[in-house]
Amino acid sequence: MGEANSTIRLRDLQVEFHQPGKRIQAVNGVDLEVGEGEVVALIGESGSGKSVTLRAMMRLHPDRATRYGGSLEVAGQDVLGMGAKQLALLRGKTIAMIFQEPLLALDPVYTLGQQITETIRRHEPVSRAEARARALQLFERVRIPSPDRRLDTYPHEMSGGMRQRAMIALALACRPQVLLADEPTTALDATVQIQILLLLRELQRELGLSIVFVTHDIGAAAEVADRMAVMYAGRIVEQGPAAVLLTRPRHPYTRALLKSRAEGAMQKGQRLETIGGAPPDLSKLPTGCAFAERCAHAADACRQTPPPNTRVGPGHEARCWRLDEIAVTDISRCTL
Amino acid sequence: MSLSQQQLVNEFRDVGGARQPLLIVRGLKKYFPLKSTGFGLRRERLAVRAVDGINFEILKGETLGVVGESGCGKSTTARLLMQLTEQDSGELIFDGQALGSRGLPLREYRRQTQMVFQDSYSSLNPRMTIEDSIAFGPTVHGVSKREALERAHDLLLRVGLEPARFAGRYPHELSGGQRQRVNIARALALEPRLIILDESVSALDKSVEAQVLNLLQDLKQAFGLTYLFISHDLNVVHYLCDRVLVMYLGEVVEVGPADALFEAPLHPYTQALLRSMPTTDPLQRTEEAPLAGDPPNPINPPSGCRFHTRCQDARAVCASVAPIFHEAVPGRRVACLKYQPDSGYETAQIPLREVTHG
Amino acid sequence: MTAAILPDPTGERLDRPAVVRSRGHGANVLRRLLRNPVAMIAATILLLLILVAIFAPWLMPADPYATSMLKRLKPIGTEGMPLGSDELGRDLLSRLMLGARLSLFMGIAPVVMAFVIGGSIGILAGYAGGWLNTVVMRCVDVLYAFPSVLLAIALSGALGAGITNSLVSLTVVFVPQIARIAESVTTGVRRSDYVDAARASGASSLLIIRKHVLGNVIGPVFVYATSLISVSMILASGLSFLGLGVKPPQPEWGLMLNTLRTAIYTQPWIAALPGLLIFITSVSFNMLADGLRSAMEVKQ
Repeated sequence: MGEANSTIRLRDLQVEFHQPGKRIQAVNGVDLEVGEGEVVALIGESGSGKSVTLRAMMRLHPDRATRYGGSLEVAGQDVLGMGAKQLALLRGKTIAMIFQEPLLALDPVYTLGQQITETIRRHEPVSRAEARARALQLFERVRIPSPDRRLDTYPHEMSGGMRQRAMIALALACRPQVLLADEPTTALDATVQIQILLLLRELQRELGLSIVFVTHDIGAAAEVADRMAVMYAGRIVEQGPAAVLLTRPRHPYTRALLKSRAEGAMQKGQRLETIGGAPPDLSKLPTGCAFAERCAHAADACRQTPPPNTRVGPGHEARCWRLDEIAVTDISRCTL
Repeated sequence: MSLSQQQLVNEFRDVGGARQPLLIVRGLKKYFPLKSTGFGLRRERLAVRAVDGINFEILKGETLGVVGESGCGKSTTARLLMQLTEQDSGELIFDGQALGSRGLPLREYRRQTQMVFQDSYSSLNPRMTIEDSIAFGPTVHGVSKREALERAHDLLLRVGLEPARFAGRYPHELSGGQRQRVNIARALALEPRLIILDESVSALDKSVEAQVLNLLQDLKQAFGLTYLFISHDLNVVHYLCDRVLVMYLGEVVEVGPADALFEAPLHPYTQALLRSMPTTDPLQRTEEAPLAGDPPNPINPPSGCRFHTRCQDARAVCASVAPIFHEAVPGRRVACLKYQPDSGYETAQIPLREVTHG
Repeated sequence: MTAAILPDPTGERLDRPAVVRSRGHGANVLRRLLRNPVAMIAATILLLLILVAIFAPWLMPADPYATSMLKRLKPIGTEGMPLGSDELGRDLLSRLMLGARLSLFMGIAPVVMAFVIGGSIGILAGYAGGWLNTVVMRCVDVLYAFPSVLLAIALSGALGAGITNSLVSLTVVFVPQIARIAESVTTGVRRSDYVDAARASGASSLLIIRKHVLGNVIGPVFVYATSLISVSMILASGLSFLGLGVKPPQPEWGLMLNTLRTAIYTQPWIAALPGLLIFITSVSFNMLADGLRSAMEVKQ
């Protein structure tokens, strides 16, 4: 993957929140590249920094309380150094975002049609009629039935799945290159979730859309992602092609996460394997590897210095001092 | 209370014997009327038919799973079983005694049935310390404050929280997993026999969820409990539950042993639901969504079989005849005309095209 | 968040380690309030005023009732009368000091009574729900529909002048407002899961209200009530101004404003003094109420 093609490039990204009395290092050196038309899943539990990383790509965090480090490029533009005007142009036009709860993300007092046409006309000089025609096309693309009628409905009049589709349509209004998705299917029923996941895959194919998909559900990620990155305590501990990461994970944390989902892991009557302890306090990160205190393979070296990014395969990297000691076993195919 | 003592207490309270189901639910119905708009007398009073006449049993010592999607009525069912909402009709028979009868007043029923809610934060009074929250239940039933606090400390130990560290704290100082343990301790404080877990682990991180699931299993063994486990996570349900109940639009559509149900689901909805679970095999991705559209609104459910509008196997008769919930295969019950001989399903010539419910 | 380590009161068992107890909600609110400079300044001012009001008889330099036709409307800085004299020659400083008693009392007392009465009505109606709630709250709404000034005047007029009557009419004015807030907060608390859990453990409604609802409702209602004190003061002053409240020769700031009205052409500063004190007190109460609200708002 040539560096020139990357739509998104994060190099040693750091995001620190300044609150009265403490500093929270939410993202602690993240290297990530998303190519054109590629879907990358950011996986992690709460406190891992995945949502913060995602929002940093649009610089959504309050400027005053946030300090950035490293570099962040979207479509070749330096986002961290942008002024407010450039940022407004970037958002919506080059990069768009969909959220977990559409009811909270959509304006309740405007119809969907109004919201979409407003977005289009904000970025492009088109007439209202043209904008509406485009909105109709978008609704058809996201497979909303009776699209013409639905353009005139309010968010609360729609069902959950349809709202999520409407939000995707809104995000695609200005034909962005990148779609950021923050746990878009977590709040949906299983039968609706799979529809949305398939829709995202379709959009990737048809539009050449790059998607960054944040989730804690590995299953959902596996359905859409080409590549996956697992985050822990503000760092990416392992990233690689989805197929490889799911079958041959190298980092102890990834392995523990996947083991709980692998076939035979959840045997009735048996206890589940758990990762002891809890994630670290982000305002008091330990020196060395953040996972060391919970890791079964931890050695003294792990607690002293944070491990560097080590290449373990084509496009596959992991941050661990003990990679050689941990056997490369093939975790049996995860099926349900 | 030691392990054997607790089991003794449970056996002592066992009125109906081992074969008597712990809870029989019969004809439970709950409609939520919508506010009628305007003065039109002709307009029918619309209601959300949250639970529309369900029947099932919870056997002693089992973990019964309840699955279904939004609008199916599982949360309302949980509230009805806890009597937090009163049913419109139907009865609950706990260990052979009808709730509300002289043998089982509501207050006594509430000692024996407890619930753990989904939102661990809002289920704890933010102004009360952890130990006070846990000790509240017993004090209501006459236990002295001192003894109740002692019990609270014991239970905290049982659920894996050090009393010295946690008893004097407030809910906002604990993490989600810790709070859920407190909720479990609180539910146990009254020494119940049945615990309803309404999406109790859904809001937790996977690693924390695993710890809490282990805890639930340990406690079940130690205290001889029976669980009703409501969840949308089918993996967890398969792992934890002995039998599984599937609900759709206010009705029970299938009940059966967990392994059998997951391996060979009978009802088309159950089949679609199981196929909707994402695979973690990137080389075998799902290509087509098993069900189109969203779960319909329980205000005006479809006629006949409620699932016929989205069912792949639907025939013309399904729109007019409502299936009966019956035992199609020994040990498994299902509400589907496919398994009802003489229902008219076999004789239909042209299958109904799948109607997308928009 | 630091916590004190206290010995466990329930455990005689020596092998049990002491329970770590966190600071309660009230203590936290107080702590935050103490760190708020504006609120602390306001609190200091109010404390001074209250002390002056309590100790007025001993602090007063002169007899507040002693009239003197020769010394009428003397300006500020007159010898023996640091703040001048009113239209009947009485020392203004002494009258203001003594007047603080009644003015502060008329500000605080109606609100306290309305807090108790209105709070109870609101909490009970909010918890009961259903038709009881509807009946009670609609009755409350009827009273609420009247503008407070008009209602106060009308009631005072009907009951007659005097302190007790003013107290009653002001209480009646504030009861609906507090009842509404109390009902709305209680309805919210009623729906929460922990109240459901308490119901599920078999507790009676009264017990639940006492142990679970009260603690969570009192805070917001208290903050709202505090903000009403300044309104009450001004209304009471207004009533006195109109001759419906305190009767002369009792000193009360509102009444003094009335009687000094005509002096505004000759001695404007003197005429403004009672008003200035009303202003300072009201603003201080408001600042304090604001500070309280911020202190309670922060999600810990």
